[in-house]
Amino acid sequence: MKGFFSSALARGLFWQVIGTLVGAGLVTGIRALMGLSATDTFFFTEPAWVLGGFTGTLFFLVGSGVTADWIKWMRGIDTPDHHEDHHTGAAKYINVSLDHKVIGIQYTLVALVLIAVGGLFALIFRTELAASELQFLTTDMKLFGQNGPQLYNTLMSLHGMIMIVSILLGIAGIMNYVVPLLLGAADMAFPRLNAFSYWIAVPAAVLLLSSLVLGGFDTGWTGYPPLSARAPVGMQMFFLGVFVAGWSSILGSLNILVTVVRMRARGMNAMRMPILVWASIATSLIALTATQFIGLSFQLVMFQRLFGMGFFDPAKGGNPVLFQHLFWFYSHPAVYVFILPGLGVISELLPVFVRKPLFGYRWIAMSSLGIALVGFLVWAHHMFTSGMNEYLRVPFMYSTLLVAVPTGVKFFSWVATIWKGRISTPTPMLFVLGGIIVFLLGGLTGPPNATISTDLHLHDTYFIVGHFHDTIFGGFVFPFFAAIYYWFPKATGRRMNETLGKLHFWLMTPSFFVLTFGMMYIGLIGMRRRIADYDPALGIDGAHLVLTIAAFLIATSVLIFFYNFINSIRNGEKAEGNVWNSRSPEWQVPSPMPAHNYERPFEVVGEPYDYGLNDSGFVKFIEEPAKGKH
Amino acid sequence: MGHFVIVGILVVVMAVLTYFGLDATGLATQMHPVAASAQAAPIDQLWHWEVMVISFLFALIVVPIGYSLTVFRQKKGEMLDGEHMEGNASLEIAWTVVPLIIVVIFAYFGAYSLGEVRRVDANAMIINVTGQQFSWTFEYPEYGFVTTELYLPVDRQVVLKMQSNDVIHSFWVPEFRVKQDVVPGRITEYRITPTLEGSYKVRCAELCGTSHAYMESPVVVVDSAAYDAWVVEQVKIAEESKTPEGQGKLLATKNGCIGCHSVDGAAMTGPTWFGLYGSEVKLADGSTVTADDAFIAQSILEPTVTVVEGYPPVMPPYVLTDEEISNLIAYIKTLK
Repeated sequence: MKGFFSSALARGLFWQVIGTLVGAGLVTGIRALMGLSATDTFFFTEPAWVLGGFTGTLFFLVGSGVTADWIKWMRGIDTPDHHEDHHTGAAKYINVSLDHKVIGIQYTLVALVLIAVGGLFALIFRTELAASELQFLTTDMKLFGQNGPQLYNTLMSLHGMIMIVSILLGIAGIMNYVVPLLLGAADMAFPRLNAFSYWIAVPAAVLLLSSLVLGGFDTGWTGYPPLSARAPVGMQMFFLGVFVAGWSSILGSLNILVTVVRMRARGMNAMRMPILVWASIATSLIALTATQFIGLSFQLVMFQRLFGMGFFDPAKGGNPVLFQHLFWFYSHPAVYVFILPGLGVISELLPVFVRKPLFGYRWIAMSSLGIALVGFLVWAHHMFTSGMNEYLRVPFMYSTLLVAVPTGVKFFSWVATIWKGRISTPTPMLFVLGGIIVFLLGGLTGPPNATISTDLHLHDTYFIVGHFHDTIFGGFVFPFFAAIYYWFPKATGRRMNETLGKLHFWLMTPSFFVLTFGMMYIGLIGMRRRIADYDPALGIDGAHLVLTIAAFLIATSVLIFFYNFINSIRNGEKAEGNVWNSRSPEWQVPSPMPAHNYERPFEVVGEPYDYGLNDSGFVKFIEEPAKGKH
Repeated sequence: MGHFVIVGILVVVMAVLTYFGLDATGLATQMHPVAASAQAAPIDQLWHWEVMVISFLFALIVVPIGYSLTVFRQKKGEMLDGEHMEGNASLEIAWTVVPLIIVVIFAYFGAYSLGEVRRVDANAMIINVTGQQFSWTFEYPEYGFVTTELYLPVDRQVVLKMQSNDVIHSFWVPEFRVKQDVVPGRITEYRITPTLEGSYKVRCAELCGTSHAYMESPVVVVDSAAYDAWVVEQVKIAEESKTPEGQGKLLATKNGCIGCHSVDGAAMTGPTWFGLYGSEVKLADGSTVTADDAFIAQSILEPTVTVVEGYPPVMPPYVLTDEEISNLIAYIKTLK
């Protein structure tokens, strides 16, 4: 426990509280001098909370020590280029480390914590939906200054954004841990920036969660004004949290891109990079260039609230639909940020478990870039009913349907990879296959939303909710679990329990099919999105009960995963060698790997996925220790 | 070659089974609730085609994977590699180009279907719709009355000219299939031709706040004789409501007061108006006041000053004239 209180995490959180009080106090003092009201429903006034949230984040970053080296440089003090960790065991993960593997695991752990929090929120409101009428989130109840339906809206909205942040951290975790290993790099290109990108996500998560106790917000994760311009102060904490989390995403993707461009092993030309690297490039290109738009759109609403600027207020000549364009210009490409690394994991793992080359490597690699490119041209398909220009809807329908082409290339190539493979199905492979099928369902239910006339019925219903849970589970959640089961031995030298892993899979997958099919079914009947209660006359009470049971089964399976994960760190079966019989470089050396990765550098001498070809290797380790600045 | 033949047959079987499975749950030939508008026909038609393609593509991917998993499985203890097969450029080109063609065809059908849905009848009847937290009001400009129920004659196109008093709402009648957002600061248009008599509901489809789930109003489609009779009755009611109480009731409807305040004692977002006038009201700050003219006027003009205990401070201020306020109070007095 003593170790915890002196850790970077604890120091950061402590200083975040102090920083929040300093910023909020400053504004309150100025307001008092100006004769304005100093306190409000949630003690501080809204401007005080906003500046407090901002200064709290800065204090966290300085207090946790992640900026220490930069501050030293500014003062003219040199620091060693070559960092060694001072912490061992679990302490490594709650302190600042520059090792990309530690940072990757830190990202993954926070992502798992947030999945648990977001999932818990989902269970709470899913329980409320089990029957029509309000059962426990009633108008009489009061919590955090909100009555039942308001709390429902807050939990539903936070479920969305907490899960999104969790996904962003989850993919950052996979990419951080795996990409340098696949490239043969000793670390990421900018280790300090890498640590910064991770640590800034922690205060962002705290800000997001603080909105729950500051009156909440009732807009959904989309935060459309004018509703978001009227919501309680929790809305501002939500905006600020997303704004800060965006930095993590932008800086992290910059780091990935530079690492891929500059730090590949000798002989690793573009068409010999492992396929996950291609997916990481595609996802990072989007995150680097589009994230600014959600930050901008949320910042404009923050300023509308704080300074009375009427960006989206029709009474002042503003335009509420403009917000939606800005918002979706990021938030649609963002879904490709979520899924491309997952699809990369599927393509990376399939050849290992079917013992066959990846079919159409170049096509799969290019399809990731194709999806990233087309993904920028489709944002307005979220706005077919918004009142935007009617005729502009048609080109957006064309561009949206076009996404099916590169996505189809991936599916057909996967099928051809599996075809005639010598398939084995340990837990990671089960999640890969589950991911393919679930993502297929998500993909197939997409076109009815893309063709405008059918979307006029489907928009803002549970059909959409079912559709995107399929895409996100298939494109992220299943591959994320696959990646964890697959690279767990690399990180710990032990493997996770197979029986529990299979139980996790076989409990989660059928329950999930029931959940999303049921969502689409009630959506067609007339169940709207984001409602706390529904008309019993719709006759969907029974379906909702089934959905709630399915949700609890999924939660049970994830609990099994958590138990397996934690237990296997100490008690898992030893697995220090090439557990999966993979050709990939990271499996050619013993697990777990030391800081700076490979003791001897390697050279690429073949194709990454030449399974079934005798006497071929992907990499060859160079005997001479590398000279130079290493 | 044998594997391909078997898989080919299984794909066809699976596609047919998937289609009929969806049909059995009632999801294939139409999007679910009964179709009650002319616009629903092209929409349901497009949906039906999409379900067919979805069924086929589902089978096309799932069957070869399932077949491979069963037939080409690694046996226990075996550690063999598969055939070394790196790719096939003509196959890749085929499964890029063929989907591209299918996609363009579907986009064409989609645009065509949209054209059908938006087909304009020059003689369409105009009704003005206002959305506000958390109610709908309908104004029939031809006759000059306002209602909270939308009555429509069957087989005649209507254009709803929609506007919002506060935040974004969305007008959706599932049976009509069409949905359109209602945006503050602009007028959006919802064009529909009801074809089936019956009682439906308009359900707000864009999250608009605490009681969003309850922002539903009746939509009634009747034959033209019944519609004319209803119009005569509404005109008569509008005539009779020229009294202060009647005007107050109209204002309560128009401004959406009754979206949050019930007139029969039921619990809603705000306190009920039933038996309100002259009663003792306990405020959030602990004080007690009598609900007289001054209190009610202040509650309308400055609602955050007079928050009743147990209710959230969410009511926006309303700008009304003295006459309008006294009409509203006259109406509230009648609610006992």
